[in-house]
Amino acid sequence: FAGLADVSISEDIPVEGEITVPVGSHSPEDDFSTLDEPVKDTIMRDLKAVGKKFVHVMYPKKSSALLRDWDLWGPLVLCVSLALMLQGGAADSKDDGGPQFAEVFVIIWFGAVVITLNSKLLGGTISFFQSLCVLGYCVLPLTVAMLVCRLVLLAGAGTVSFIIRLIVVVAMFAWSTLASTAFLADSQPPNRKALVVYPIFLFYFVISWMILTFTPQ
Amino acid sequence: LGRLRGQHAGGARGGGGAAGPGRAERALTLSAPAQGGGSAVIDMENMDDTSGSSFEDMGEMHQRMKEEEEEEAEGEAGAAEEEDGEFLGMKGLRGQLGRQVADQMWQVGKRQASRAFSLYANIDILRPYFDVEPVQVRARLLESMIPVKMINFPQKIAGELYGPLMLVFTLVAILLHGMKTSDTIIREGTLMGTAIGTCFGYWLGVSSFIYFLAYLCNAQITMVQMLSLLGYGLFGHCITLFVTYNIHFHSLFYIFWLGVGGLSTLRMVAVLVSRTVGHTQRLILCGTLAALHMLFLLYLHFAYHKVVEGILDTLEGPNMPPFQRVARDIPVVSNAVLNTTAKAVALTL
Repeated sequence: FAGLADVSISEDIPVEGEITVPVGSHSPEDDFSTLDEPVKDTIMRDLKAVGKKFVHVMYPKKSSALLRDWDLWGPLVLCVSLALMLQGGAADSKDDGGPQFAEVFVIIWFGAVVITLNSKLLGGTISFFQSLCVLGYCVLPLTVAMLVCRLVLLAGAGTVSFIIRLIVVVAMFAWSTLASTAFLADSQPPNRKALVVYPIFLFYFVISWMILTFTPQ
Repeated sequence: LGRLRGQHAGGARGGGGAAGPGRAERALTLSAPAQGGGSAVIDMENMDDTSGSSFEDMGEMHQRMKEEEEEEAEGEAGAAEEEDGEFLGMKGLRGQLGRQVADQMWQVGKRQASRAFSLYANIDILRPYFDVEPVQVRARLLESMIPVKMINFPQKIAGELYGPLMLVFTLVAILLHGMKTSDTIIREGTLMGTAIGTCFGYWLGVSSFIYFLAYLCNAQITMVQMLSLLGYGLFGHCITLFVTYNIHFHSLFYIFWLGVGGLSTLRMVAVLVSRTVGHTQRLILCGTLAALHMLFLLYLHFAYHKVVEGILDTLEGPNMPPFQRVARDIPVVSNAVLNTTAKAVALTL
């Protein structure tokens, strides 16, 4: 920069004015330091984020909010509630036909990991946790279906109830698959979308099957 | 940056008339907006803004502005700068140092973690095996049912893992369906664990075993190719089981077993034969593969079907007759419909 020593303002141009420096009251640390806020604020902020993502899943538009700020709270809550609801089997070990809590949990997370790895190997541009986040959130329609099935089963377990449950589960399964496809397929090269959609289809099919064949003892 | 610049410039003061680089830089930034007149807003982004530093920076800036307005006497500017530099040195340096140490630690930790990660969790080694198009997968699925005629030339096997992996997972899903509708009771373990273990165990275990035999018999096949071949051979199994888990006719199963299972086995055998020399070797290799493949289909049908429930109960529990075809709660509608349809079709034929 030695050569710039003689760069100077010509003296007949008056240099005047005000310099206002945007000295914000937030230096960078203040923005990230949320230690001082009340716990209620922290929880409410996270709950709001989760709720916003639920809304995004129920009305899947091509927005990138789900992808951008991923979080795994929603999938955890959904997974745990689904696993709890599916654990209707009797404590009596003779009729051990229902899936156990650990089974459902492992299926969901293992399946999501496999789908994520698959989409990454096929050349996807989405990150690992973003994909987990999307797949987890798209279990929401199936959780709703499980709730409905349980309520229908309270009324009886005949042919009519089976047909109702079948319709509800199939509809929610289609909704889940479409919702997750809307978010995930965009990150793939266009001619390989079918390769990514198929495992997602299988994954939600297995979960839907577990929901449909659930009989409380 | 601001601190260092100040100090450096202060240090260079004795070196002659050259203004410190930062100062000249700042001079440039200052001049541009000032020419427009009025208020000037300086972008302070380039300056390292550490805790409690902005006031010092502002002070420094105002000082500098005043100097440039008055004259270009570098000596004075230098003196003021050094003053400012020292002033900053006292307050800003501590924060600066702490930041640098933390930054360095973060960098080192990040580098170590990413090195470990890229070493152990590198999925890029698998990437070439997943480089397929949907049309290719579809073509290979159909080809897996067509035995090749030309066994004198080594047949090409695509070393691809996407199709086989998806077929194994589909088989797992079909097995689950079969186990559920037959109300199989697994005492030690879970349904899902059993299904996954069976399918993956077969795919990986039998592939390795046949690869080992191929090594003994001097067949030209690599491990990935063997995995791919056996994986696509499971397509026949998937079709058979999907049909026969829903329509429970033993005769239908045997037809499918021989027909569909036989076709996919024939294809695998033909490909292997084309890559092996010598009659004994061909016989050993293909006999083993054919036997294992067909027996696996047989096992899958009978093991996860209604029959086993009866046997388990007679072995352990109260005396229940085996082969109990009690109508189950869930598929009562679908099964009845399918069975009657199949019966009607069989009768008309």
